[in-house]
Amino acid sequence: MKAPLSWIREYVDLPDGVTAAELAHRLTALGLKLEALETTGAGVEGPIVVGRVLSAVDEPQRNGRTIKWCQVDCGPEHNGPDGPRGIVCGAHNFGAGDLVVVSLPGAVLPGGFAISARKTYGHVSDGMICSASELGLGDDHEGILVLDPGLDPDLSPGDPVADLLGLREEVIELEINPDRAYALSLRGIAREAAIAYGVAFHDPAMREVPTPNDDGYPVRVEAPDGCPVFATRTVIGFDPAAPTPRWMARRVQLAGMRPISLAVDVTNYVMLELGNPIHGYDGDLLAGPIVVRRAREGETITTLDDVTRTLSAEDLLITDDTGPIGLAGVMGGQSTELSASTTQVVVEAAHFEATGIFRTARRHRLHTEGAKRWERGVDPLLPAYAADRVAHLLVEHGGGSITEGVTYVGGPPEQSVVTAAADLPARVTGMSIDADTTVAHLRTVGCTVTAEGSGADGARAASGTLSVLPPSWRPDLTDPYDLVEEVARLVGYTEVPSVLPPAPPGRGWTRLQRLRRRVGLALAGAGLVEVRSWPFLGQGHLDRLGLAADDERRDTLEVANPLSEEAPELATTLLPGLLEAAARNRGRGTTSLGIYETAPVFVPTVDRLRAPILPVDRRPDDEELRRLLAAVPHQPLHLAVVLSGEREAGGWWGSGRDAVWADAVELVRRLGSLLSVEVEVARATRAPWHPGRCASLTVGTVEVGHAGELHPSVCRAYAVAPRTCAVEVDLDLLLAAAPAVVRAPRYSSYPVAKEDVALVVDAALPASVLAETLREGAGELLESLRLFDVWTGEQVGPGRTSLAFALRFRAPDRTLTEAETAAARDAAVALAAQRHGAVQRA
Amino acid sequence: MSGPNSSFDPVEVTPLKADQVDAMREEALTAVAAAADLEALRRVRTAHAGDRSPLALANREIGALPPQARKDAGMRVGRARAAVGQALAARTTELEAEAEARMLVEETVDVTLPWDREPRGARHPLTTLQELVGDVFVAMGWEVAEGPEVEAEWLNFDALNLGADHPARTMQDTFWLEPADGGLVMRTHTSPVQARTMLSRTPPVYVVCPGRVFRTDELDATHTPVFSQVEGLVVDRGITMAHLKGTLDHFAEAMFGDGITTRFRPSYFPFTEPSAEVDLVCFVCRGRSPEVESCRTCKGEGWIEWGGCGVVNPRVLTACGIDSDVYSGFAFGMGLERTLMFRHGVADMRDMVEGDVRFTLPFGTEI
Repeated sequence: MKAPLSWIREYVDLPDGVTAAELAHRLTALGLKLEALETTGAGVEGPIVVGRVLSAVDEPQRNGRTIKWCQVDCGPEHNGPDGPRGIVCGAHNFGAGDLVVVSLPGAVLPGGFAISARKTYGHVSDGMICSASELGLGDDHEGILVLDPGLDPDLSPGDPVADLLGLREEVIELEINPDRAYALSLRGIAREAAIAYGVAFHDPAMREVPTPNDDGYPVRVEAPDGCPVFATRTVIGFDPAAPTPRWMARRVQLAGMRPISLAVDVTNYVMLELGNPIHGYDGDLLAGPIVVRRAREGETITTLDDVTRTLSAEDLLITDDTGPIGLAGVMGGQSTELSASTTQVVVEAAHFEATGIFRTARRHRLHTEGAKRWERGVDPLLPAYAADRVAHLLVEHGGGSITEGVTYVGGPPEQSVVTAAADLPARVTGMSIDADTTVAHLRTVGCTVTAEGSGADGARAASGTLSVLPPSWRPDLTDPYDLVEEVARLVGYTEVPSVLPPAPPGRGWTRLQRLRRRVGLALAGAGLVEVRSWPFLGQGHLDRLGLAADDERRDTLEVANPLSEEAPELATTLLPGLLEAAARNRGRGTTSLGIYETAPVFVPTVDRLRAPILPVDRRPDDEELRRLLAAVPHQPLHLAVVLSGEREAGGWWGSGRDAVWADAVELVRRLGSLLSVEVEVARATRAPWHPGRCASLTVGTVEVGHAGELHPSVCRAYAVAPRTCAVEVDLDLLLAAAPAVVRAPRYSSYPVAKEDVALVVDAALPASVLAETLREGAGELLESLRLFDVWTGEQVGPGRTSLAFALRFRAPDRTLTEAETAAARDAAVALAAQRHGAVQRA
Repeated sequence: MSGPNSSFDPVEVTPLKADQVDAMREEALTAVAAAADLEALRRVRTAHAGDRSPLALANREIGALPPQARKDAGMRVGRARAAVGQALAARTTELEAEAEARMLVEETVDVTLPWDREPRGARHPLTTLQELVGDVFVAMGWEVAEGPEVEAEWLNFDALNLGADHPARTMQDTFWLEPADGGLVMRTHTSPVQARTMLSRTPPVYVVCPGRVFRTDELDATHTPVFSQVEGLVVDRGITMAHLKGTLDHFAEAMFGDGITTRFRPSYFPFTEPSAEVDLVCFVCRGRSPEVESCRTCKGEGWIEWGGCGVVNPRVLTACGIDSDVYSGFAFGMGLERTLMFRHGVADMRDMVEGDVRFTLPFGTEI
């Protein structure tokens, strides 16, 4: 809400020296937050005066333009020694005899634009004839500003115009919270300004209005729940050509709306002034009585913005015999619009119920100035005053007369009394606020306060109960805590003391939270950089991963209003986001990188359950809560890694080493050891990995994820380096497998016995399977086993591979004999031979 | 080695004459002293202390002497051999020390050579900041609560006094999940975690809820549709706004340093009443700005907006099954991106989103 300081001052006896900045500061402290402080015409100085164009001669120029060479009478004080000043002007919307605004040499216009006499187009131009935009009066660039003698009959050349045109204005823009709808008006802001300075407030709504009668424009309200009050006044004989007074147009403009015509400007002006949205109808176009009713489903209306809208049965309509003429409280209809030929104006000042307007505005996406006020709550006592104010302003500036008829249908909804303990503000805020202060502040904001057992005398309220009737303009004050906020903000939020509450001993970070941090630190320690990408993707991303049509990761949750049509779904895999980050880094010259992300993925519930909307006046019962929580999709925390380019850099020590599938697998194995979880690795085929270089990672019987080298087509599709490797695991599953308490190992201090065996097996046999067989065959004496060499080639034959293992044997209670060790080794080899056809190499 | 000689001729065992033994010893000692390196010393050892050395040969002759001469000769030869042995050991130690000193000099390297072979890693500063915030509160006995990012509409809005027809719902531009009336949203704030906490446990409750939230803003230098918040919630007996202020002052100092306190301004949130905006003393001009009007960080205000807070609206307590006559509470929330921007001078919100490793690496794992 933008409020010119001079307009605020009209209703408040602010001390003379108060600046806009000071006022804004105090309003902010009261809860109307300063958004921007704007001083239009700041820096404007020097002579800017009325001039009369004596002659204006068109002079075509070689560049194709035609300029006007004018002689302008700027009054005896400002004319040159030879009389009128010669001025070159490029605009053509004026002629001899017109009154214009001239900035004379030495003047400075808004934006620091200094005027001087200068030679141009063969003349010395001794000043400038100004346009409205050059004067900071809006963005109307259509020619220069011609002063209307009808508005100011007494103007004569040489008169200064700065004050006349309101060139210098301080405007305070305030952010108005939804609970303070009353401050979406000068009336409301001025009321707060009066509170801020403890000075008198002059309510612009306080005016004598005539008693309603049956002679006004006939109105029937069929939906009083949506429209409790409907008032009208009628103006006849109105001159549609009458200009808007300059001060009014200027105020409307400074408040952020566009001046249009007198009739429209007056309705907007009064809305800004009082906060009650107004609508004006062309009385000659109305047919029959105005009827306020709910729309019929599918009914249509063409609104002022030239859009035909299909209505819902919930929408509230203003109608006449021809059908809908307005979408109540939101936007008027086109058929009865005020126009350049309107001479009879029927003024509507109604009161509409907030929720209905909110729904209609949302349904039709029409967040108009009117709707914004209605949906937050407007003072229901205003309509009679607002209608009267509009009618008088129309007649005052547009002629004609107000008819005797005064329509007023319905009445304001009754306001509820709020009962609150007098010491509640003190208890809630921790400030020392006594009952007298509470009562006084509530009265300051307009409440009627009755202290229990003490009549109207708040001074004896003590710590009893207060009955508080909020003022008509504060429909937001419905709860005792609302009153607390009013008292607190008047005492001053800066007075709230600072006391640290002593919390009871807590359990600290949970174990899972600690493990997640540990995992992050380990990954960073392993040379990976964390990335946080967005959880949105589209089927195109999954296509690029090469997922099959029936891949479970294609079963996604969809966003109804996505930011991008390419990414309307919620991620079921973190890899697209990471690969895009990798490609971005690569594009920026970081060709070797390891990045990771931990974030949830989103798995639809089996039946795509809807989450119920539960009551809020009590705690939901356990069954309701169970249904609610069951409808929330499963969101397991995933960890994904992408390794691209070199895993070890080359340098003066030698050449580098590219990341390979094994780096990806090893990262997870290492996380496993960090968490005391044994991660088993098996061969797998799964997109987006290379079908021959993909490992399935299992803990116990649960598959936790995959790692390996990406499929070449995926690298191409995401524009990452060839042979990029990746990991994706369900971190929740991995962490769940971590033992809460790690059992200490037992180890023997007897001497170790070492045996190496090299076995030739079918190349398709996974090393992990062979190792497991050896472990089984060697029995309890085997302390550890490590694969230390892999051979293929002519010596071992085609399709065969030689795997060499180092076996370490040890007994817990004795030194092993050579025979015992050899027997254990032979048993291991024998089982490998039996199970896999392994042949021991000599 | 020869056995004891039983048929000897004393005339032939000239080496055992005293002056000859002395000469052998002197010759050996001279050679030891003259050995320039361990290799030379090895040769000296062979020549003068080896099996074929004169002293060793002389020693062998002792058995050939008449018994009465053996003791004397044995002592003489033994002393000489011991002296040579000692000299050899001493010279060995000396030469080894010299050799090691020489080796240490020769092995000198340029330790300034880089060894950036293994890549360096880092965690995202927002993650670290989130944990840092958690640490501040955990140190006070609070707990860290979490909840899902796709959330029930009822928990994100209704339970927080944001009914379907509340104008403030449009203030939070919400991502709705299909079907649009299916009651699921991307959470617009971490407040549903507060609701979950209150629904699942009984007071006293002291929790912070950090996490990712979503609003339909376009990405630019100061907005991102996916951002992080940390919210705090306390529900206990006798909780007041003063406790809220005390908590936020403590939090602000922990984040931004001593003397950085907070200021409240009246505001509006459906879930709190009274509600306030929290401003921080500008940590650049430290609040001196209104007088000097030069601080660019706070635009001359002396204060910087940090977040929102207030006393938990009793309606919220009721919806979550907490008796508002017995318990009261406060809640606060602030953007972590904003906090990171202030605390670390991040200029552009997009830097935190793009995943450029050059942005993240300098933060390491602790900020």
